Amino acid sequence: MKKITFSIYRYNPDVDAKPRMQDYTLEMEDNQDMMVLEALIKLKEQDPSLSFRRSCREGVCGSDGFNMNGKNGLGCITSVSSLKSNKIVVRPLPGLPVIRDLIVDMEQFYAQYERVKPYLINEDRTPPAREHLQSPEERAKLDGLYECILCACCSTSCPSFWWNPDKFVGPAGLLHAYRFLADSRDTATEQRLDELDDAFSVFRCHGIMNCVNVCPKGLNPTKAIGHIKSMLLSRAV
Amino acid sequence: MVKVASSFGRSGTHDFILLRASAIILLTYVLFLVSFFVATPQLTFDVWAGLFSNLWMKVYTLLALTALLAHGWIGVWQVLTDYVKNSLGRGVLQFIVSVALIAYWLTGLFVLWGV
Repeated sequence: MKKITFSIYRYNPDVDAKPRMQDYTLEMEDNQDMMVLEALIKLKEQDPSLSFRRSCREGVCGSDGFNMNGKNGLGCITSVSSLKSNKIVVRPLPGLPVIRDLIVDMEQFYAQYERVKPYLINEDRTPPAREHLQSPEERAKLDGLYECILCACCSTSCPSFWWNPDKFVGPAGLLHAYRFLADSRDTATEQRLDELDDAFSVFRCHGIMNCVNVCPKGLNPTKAIGHIKSMLLSRAV
Repeated sequence: MVKVASSFGRSGTHDFILLRASAIILLTYVLFLVSFFVATPQLTFDVWAGLFSNLWMKVYTLLALTALLAHGWIGVWQVLTDYVKNSLGRGVLQFIVSVALIAYWLTGLFVLWGV
């Protein structure tokens, strides 16, 4: 048997004056491994007041984004063994207001997502009878962009988003912005770029690539942001 | 679209281009001065004044000071808008830095004028 210590961020605004870290111990067989989410569910059996979000428990829904041993990720696809420590510190995603324990208020994150109009805009006056066709090459441009599940691991690991969450769109929002800028069926490219052409929305990204480092889906928001900057530059020069 | 009055350029793209263009000018100026120091064994006042009596050197220096003005304004504005959340404090700091940068530029102009 081995003992793993979990130090978990606890905060219940109705009871606690300020947040605190609470230690829990979980016993595991020597050769046993489990995901952090599974461990949290077991700890919740010890202490039912422990709160966190989870849903699909397989890395698809993006509900259980946590900061585990200093790195953002999804609890359901991060194994305890991959953290390579007998002490695991679990905190809520950084930079967002905490509602309770590991549950954060995602309002600001969604507001930025909404700002980039994450839907197809096509003002073609004569729409095709059945559907907008794309060539395989045009469709290939959307790979690496559409897979984002909005777990907020990237945006909450980005210092630019921490300092200006109301002005900087953040890596997740910008990945979606580029997903529609790159879409051959979308006709609102100019309006989308106009909306982003200020000193904060895109250009507050200085390319430190924290977002790439943490994305549980292995996406590359920094690259997408680079493409948006290139589009803004080539239309300005 | 986020609108701000204290930024230097007209848009984010404008700031981005100015920042990089001014960085290139500053880099070449620094490299030039370093190579001048290396290539000059005995740096006397006459050699130094002789260098700055050339029209091209005056233009180049003023260009570098202009680049410093743009680069410093944009760069400091970016840092201040990240870290100073109090808008009065940010405005005062931006004012001090901007006035200093303009003072450097004007000082450079009058010094070059006199050489």
